[in-house]
Amino acid sequence: MSEMSKIVRTISNSLFPFIMIYGLYVIMHGHLTPGGGFQGGAVVASGCALMLVAYSSEWVFKKVKESNLSVLESIGAIGFISLAFLGIGVTFFYNFLVGSNLLFGEIPPAGPNTGNLNTAGLLPLMNLSVGLKVIAGLFAIVAVMAFVASRGMRKK
Amino acid sequence: MKNARNLIAVIALAICAVFLIFSSIMMHPFGKPSDSSMDDYIISNAQNETGANNAVTSVVFDYRGFDTLGEATVLFTAVAGVIMLFRREKHE
Amino acid sequence: MIYNIPFIAVVLLILVGLATVIFKKNLIKIVIGITIIESGVNLFLITLGYRENSVAPIYTFAPSTKMVLPVPQALALTSIVIGVAVMALMLSIGVRIYRSYKTLDVRKMRRLRE
Repeated sequence: MSEMSKIVRTISNSLFPFIMIYGLYVIMHGHLTPGGGFQGGAVVASGCALMLVAYSSEWVFKKVKESNLSVLESIGAIGFISLAFLGIGVTFFYNFLVGSNLLFGEIPPAGPNTGNLNTAGLLPLMNLSVGLKVIAGLFAIVAVMAFVASRGMRKK
Repeated sequence: MKNARNLIAVIALAICAVFLIFSSIMMHPFGKPSDSSMDDYIISNAQNETGANNAVTSVVFDYRGFDTLGEATVLFTAVAGVIMLFRREKHE
Repeated sequence: MIYNIPFIAVVLLILVGLATVIFKKNLIKIVIGITIIESGVNLFLITLGYRENSVAPIYTFAPSTKMVLPVPQALALTSIVIGVAVMALMLSIGVRIYRSYKTLDVRKMRRLRE
């Protein structure tokens, strides 16, 4: 797959930061609005697929090596499991940050209210780990398939 | 014979369709779930036990966090399988 | 019976997917049929948890306090992610089959080949 014309490359250069910021907003506000780790990770992965289509897939695959993507995904998985193990004094997956005044520890008032970002304990940290894992995993699948397809078309 | 095989496939699909449509008519009326005691407890107590405004996120990550762990494992296995299938052997 | 129209729509979606898997001879079309069956099952999970005159189960700017059941929505989220993973693996195996048999017709793939 050869690269596209200069107009397409310029516009996707300008659009890519906005897509990434929107995806990060959906990941971080997972405990207030609809969204969360999996949904925001899919948004950022489709932004990365836009860059894969605009520039040729061999160029992107050489700049972002395959081993970097697996390291990122493993960091997300290990972070999720270690966050689950931190509350092992009571039980597995215990939410020990709610009610204490450490990081995300307020409790919202009951009933309909305007949202407060400082709530919900362990949930935003788990959202970030799962979001990182989904971004690296989906981008690795799409990049490997595009690279193999372009190599197969080149050989004919 | 191709015609006999096609005829048996159409008859099997028709029997399947009759079963599925018959059982979907006899289900409970749409909009009145039969028993919802667990969800009423989750809706009324999710804000002071979890501290999140979103009841679905608190179910996915707090009340049923073990299912999310299994789902993350499935995603990891799928990515590992795809990368393994497209690897070039070294003696090529 | 007129109240159960969403359930009948789910059954029609599953039947369309099943007919695609049975009657088509191209490998990619069979994979698309399996994905259609998975979409029908996800829709069925969400329609099971609906309550009349209720809103989404989120407390930020909520119009009322009567809410739908949140647990089937969490199960449908898990099912969507697993569907994506299974479809990626099926398509990769399809690419490998094409490299070794040089065709995508399921009537011609009979023996195990090198």
